[in-house]
Amino acid sequence: MSVCKAGDKIIMPRNVHRSAINALVVCGAVPVYLNPGIDKRLGIPLGMLYEDVEAAVLANPDAKAILVNNPTYYGICSDIVRLTKLAHEHNMFLLADEAHGTHFYFGEDLPVGAMRAGADFAAVSLHKTGGSLTQSSLLLCSERVNANYVRQVINLTQTTSGSYLLMSSLDLARRNLIRNGKEMFRKTIEYADYAREEINRAGGYYAFGRELINGRDIFAFDTTKLSVHTREMGLAGIEVYDILRDDYEIQIEFGDIGNILAIVSAGDRALEIERFLSALSEIKRLYAKSPVGLFDHEYINPQVERTPQEAFYAVKKSVSIAESVGGICGEFVMCYPPGIPILAPGERITAEIADYIAYCKEKGCFMTGTEDMNLENINILT
Amino acid sequence: MELWFTENHTDDVRFSIKVKQQLYSKKSYYQQIDVFDSYEFGRFLSLDGFLMLTEKDEFIYHEMMVHVPMAVNPAVKNVLVIGAGDGGTIRELTRYPDIEHIDMVEIDEQVIAVCREFLPQTACRLDDARVTIHIEDGLKFVRKHEHAYDLILVDSTDPFGPGEGLFTKEFYGNCFQALTDNGMLVNQHESTYYQSYVDMVKRTHSRIGSAFPVTMVYQAHIPTYPSGHWLFGFASKNLHPIYDFMPEKWEALGLSTRYYNTELHRGCFALPNYVRDVLAQAD
Repeated sequence: MSVCKAGDKIIMPRNVHRSAINALVVCGAVPVYLNPGIDKRLGIPLGMLYEDVEAAVLANPDAKAILVNNPTYYGICSDIVRLTKLAHEHNMFLLADEAHGTHFYFGEDLPVGAMRAGADFAAVSLHKTGGSLTQSSLLLCSERVNANYVRQVINLTQTTSGSYLLMSSLDLARRNLIRNGKEMFRKTIEYADYAREEINRAGGYYAFGRELINGRDIFAFDTTKLSVHTREMGLAGIEVYDILRDDYEIQIEFGDIGNILAIVSAGDRALEIERFLSALSEIKRLYAKSPVGLFDHEYINPQVERTPQEAFYAVKKSVSIAESVGGICGEFVMCYPPGIPILAPGERITAEIADYIAYCKEKGCFMTGTEDMNLENINILT
Repeated sequence: MELWFTENHTDDVRFSIKVKQQLYSKKSYYQQIDVFDSYEFGRFLSLDGFLMLTEKDEFIYHEMMVHVPMAVNPAVKNVLVIGAGDGGTIRELTRYPDIEHIDMVEIDEQVIAVCREFLPQTACRLDDARVTIHIEDGLKFVRKHEHAYDLILVDSTDPFGPGEGLFTKEFYGNCFQALTDNGMLVNQHESTYYQSYVDMVKRTHSRIGSAFPVTMVYQAHIPTYPSGHWLFGFASKNLHPIYDFMPEKWEALGLSTRYYNTELHRGCFALPNYVRDVLAQAD
């Protein structure tokens, strides 16, 4: 919102968090979505391909900014150094969603932090991997940015009574990270690497890591993210997530259609890692089946018909999911976590998308974003 | 001057032993290890302030942990022992000539070293040629084995501290996987006399039950453990501790024991009503 006004374009991958599209609803900017590559085997969205971004920049020379996930929820990073250079050469800002990247600034052997790569803005959710209280986070700005204007924009959306509880928690987390961060994240990486090795040695599951790096749409990988592909055992990630929680009292970050994600943190001990590995081994023994009939992809290319702001504020009517096919969606539909929109306001609802929503619901994913909490109905533009 | 070792059995109950001399006191990576000499109980070992064994009554615990399953299946060849750094369980196992191999998995190397030095009464057979000692977390070790053991003995500390992982559902499931078709699992099962232990006994019993078709509990009288009334879990893939019991075969081995006998074997599965009630609530 500090760099785009109504009608301005912003280049972003489709696998952004809903909060990025929320900002477009508020300010009226127009998204130019890039299709993130998709890993066929894992069914996860990848990073941004430099060539794709370059093409989008050349096709939209009036765009004001490029937004990059650094990293994605799954730990995948784009070549942010080159993308920053590209943005600056074309007089655009480079914004980084670093919600999951706090530790890049404090650990070793991790992908580069966006600000170090020369980005103009980075939104860093210190509360996720940095240990501050939930809801507290930082917006980092480079010297190319008018910080006073940014403050005015922040005041548009935030309370003027800032929470001292959250601010002091941010300050304490910052102090702790500076003093102990290197050791904390060294231990975290050691645990995650060990778990990956053990999971892959036992077979059935695939805990992916640095071997995916291809210098292109998987430019770097955040090894603190312990993502495990479960589909080849005939289990949806969300099923494994539920079994871990209900039967083994292990709460992990999320399960999607084909994967689970466990976030290893400095608070974990060897015991927690061993319990997680042993429970996975049990789930394999008790529940593994052949993988037929499981949905094998997650990315559906959006057809953007209206800007998010236009669609969000348009006159709408509520129809059943089946009836909505062909209409233009007036709200968000998300599978949470990871909170990446299946549909955003202004997008055409296709039969493929309707099927995908039905499948996610059947597998027990938590669907959010729609006015109808049970997601029987959906708002479409009249 | 008098020196007393005191353990709180509950917040309101204490158990004390008059100490002759403290022989060892040091913190390992995992826990505080102490060895004392006493007038009444001889030498005794405590971990994090909890009494683990005394020279005077350790025979009860170790005989009951080993001879009960061995009399159900005297043909056991491969045994996995988890915990048991003091060596008492190993001492009893090595009395069976037909046992071919014993893997002992203890997480804290220092416990073994201390027991070798100060408690030779229990640690005396740790060097038996059939015994392989692994310094490793039991949860991690057992996960890697399939159809490998006829008997698993979980000689753990309490369900907090380093032994915590050995009371989890995933651990018992991994044990099931590591056992052969006639496999048995025996674990120290705490006690139900004091209310503060009851929930853990229930949880443990139902977790074992979720992995094994046969899940029983038996008892022994151990004077230095809280309430003196202690429980063991017996779980198996198909052997029943009474119906498949082989008293003649066991008698034929000619082992002399001070607590266990084949009459007591049948009796120890007969539990007091208040214990049965607790276990019934677990299912």
